[in-house]
Amino acid sequence: MSAEAQAPAQPLELREVRGPSATGGGSRRFFELLWLISATEFKKSFHGTAFGYIWSLVRPLMLFAVLLVVFTRIFRFDVPNYPVLLLFNLVVFGLFQEGTGAAVNSVLAQEGIVRKTQFPRLVIPLSSVMVALFTLGLNLIAVFVFILAYGVDPTWTWLLLPVILLLVFVLTCAVSLLLSALNVRFRDIAIIWTVAATVLMYGTPIIYPIDFLEPSFLKDVLLGNPLTLIFEQARAWIIDPTAPGAVSVAGGWLNMLPAAAIYVLTCILGVWVFKREAPKIAERL
Amino acid sequence: MAVETTQDGPATPRGRDFDAEPVVIEARGVTKSFRLPVNKISSLKEQITTFSRPDYRELHALRDVSFEIRRGEFFGIVGRNGSGKSTLLKVLASIYAADSGRVRMAGRLAPFIELGVGFNPELTARENVELNGVMMGLERRQARSRLGAVLEFAELEEFVDMKLKNYSSGMLVRLAFSVMIQSDAEILLIDEVLAVGDAAFQQKCADVFHEMRDSERTVILVTHDMGAVEHYCHRAMLLHDGEVRAMGDPGEVARKYLRLNFESAPSSGDDSLGEVADVVVEDAWLEDENGERVTNVEKGRDLHFCAELEAKRDVEGPTFGFTFANPDGVEVIGFGVPLEELPDRVSAGQRIQIRSKIENRLAPGRYVVRCWIHRNRNISDIVLYSPHVLDFVVFGKGEAGVAFFETEVEFELKEGEAGER
Repeated sequence: MSAEAQAPAQPLELREVRGPSATGGGSRRFFELLWLISATEFKKSFHGTAFGYIWSLVRPLMLFAVLLVVFTRIFRFDVPNYPVLLLFNLVVFGLFQEGTGAAVNSVLAQEGIVRKTQFPRLVIPLSSVMVALFTLGLNLIAVFVFILAYGVDPTWTWLLLPVILLLVFVLTCAVSLLLSALNVRFRDIAIIWTVAATVLMYGTPIIYPIDFLEPSFLKDVLLGNPLTLIFEQARAWIIDPTAPGAVSVAGGWLNMLPAAAIYVLTCILGVWVFKREAPKIAERL
Repeated sequence: MAVETTQDGPATPRGRDFDAEPVVIEARGVTKSFRLPVNKISSLKEQITTFSRPDYRELHALRDVSFEIRRGEFFGIVGRNGSGKSTLLKVLASIYAADSGRVRMAGRLAPFIELGVGFNPELTARENVELNGVMMGLERRQARSRLGAVLEFAELEEFVDMKLKNYSSGMLVRLAFSVMIQSDAEILLIDEVLAVGDAAFQQKCADVFHEMRDSERTVILVTHDMGAVEHYCHRAMLLHDGEVRAMGDPGEVARKYLRLNFESAPSSGDDSLGEVADVVVEDAWLEDENGERVTNVEKGRDLHFCAELEAKRDVEGPTFGFTFANPDGVEVIGFGVPLEELPDRVSAGQRIQIRSKIENRLAPGRYVVRCWIHRNRNISDIVLYSPHVLDFVVFGKGEAGVAFFETEVEFELKEGEAGER
């Protein structure tokens, strides 16, 4: 073309278009989108229901009531502060269960956005986790009212609650990334996960304390579950200062390594898989 | 595959010189293919139980596509379904990643692949406009400040706090279009969204596109509507089977597109996709009453339109039609050669002369004559569509765009009942 011959005035700086990615479009846009979408999804989840937010609390409370009856009247657990321990565990585990449960289908559900707009893919599963986090935040207020009403004395270790929540939150995000990316390729991941999440709930000391178990292969398996140690530590810090805590439950620092390794590996795997799949998500839908 | 450039360098058919403008989009050798599994595997069991690699069919959506677009250009991309134009758009919009080649861009790009995508029906217009703005890369504050302009254009101010699920489809489309044109991105990517809303809103949209054509904004328009391509675009590109088949003057590209479209029509016989159409318009002109050629016609004077055509190949059952389009590209009048005058066939080498006299009700302004030739008396079997065989000016006093007809009007002034009080 002869256009080359004429000197074009002031060429503008051309930037490479790199195609879709997990975070594409700048960090400000990323966080604004994450916030906007999470907030609207959170609002939406209560819209049209007469009692709004109440329902998000009623669900764990119902489960709590049933389990409480079963384990204090039928099995007669003798655990200090068992009712509030159970409530606390259920609500915190709800972050993991609801976050991953919503995230696994999130990318498929947002097909229109993924296929038709320039959209940082990572926002989609993360906003599902954020919605669960908002719910947890509200529920925790109620939970602490219960804890105080039950007569548990506040201790300085309550200040360490954010550490517990952060550990659960990060793991939830990692698992969500992994599941949502894989579910685009294999649609039965979502179905498998509903079962797996239930198994995981009983594989984590939510409704029973881990010290109920004699040393056995089963106990070793449970101790490999990072959530086990997180919840045992939470019990010692928040509910029952006399509880053993994660280190002594595991039997020393060294024995915590498998769970820690699984935790870190899950996080790396989740980020790696999502990053690898992100550019291809639009084509696979 | 020869890429035809119908003019030297970036064409400047609308009187704007883009050679001096900087390049804002540059695509070099963009290639993209999809591997379509013959049996799609989407469950884990199938993946595990299928031991051999599944069979894939390679679909080359884009092959070595290169072009550049300069600032301010209104650039059309046309092509049949499956020609790769949507894939190209998605590569430009960072929705797909190209397999090879590279795309570089200066400035922010706002893609509109589908009107209203990303709208959340559970949210109000206010919330959706904000969300959409952020999605297009605005800050939240900026996105909110645009709300007024968006709603005003869409004429939906009173519905600002209504949830989108309660909007009518027309209202939705208006809001979506309005969000699109109020986006302040330097580059707009628009896919097939022109025909929206009622007639009045369509006119408004047409005005906006006109403005965009003359503004600093760069617009890429993907469409099937050749009228829109000719009307708005400075330059166009024809994609076929993932390759660039033509680039340059929109009229030329549109003509090639239409020919390509009927290439596969069964009745079009042997290879009619030569460089020369089966029938070509050799000449077209206007005459005055004395048979002298003229280029302008006074308002109200009859139009004597003549055309001379030559058949390059035999054409069975030809029909000939001409339409006159106003400056907005709207065809305002038209005529066809009456059936009883038409021959059963024209043979290669024969010349055809058409002379017509048309009562001139055209308002002053510039008009373009288009020519349509079909075969087998079938209007979907196009032999030739020539979007621009002649243009001329109707001059004289009168409001542009308004044609006056002889009309009988009665006018009476009556005293109202409350007349004298």
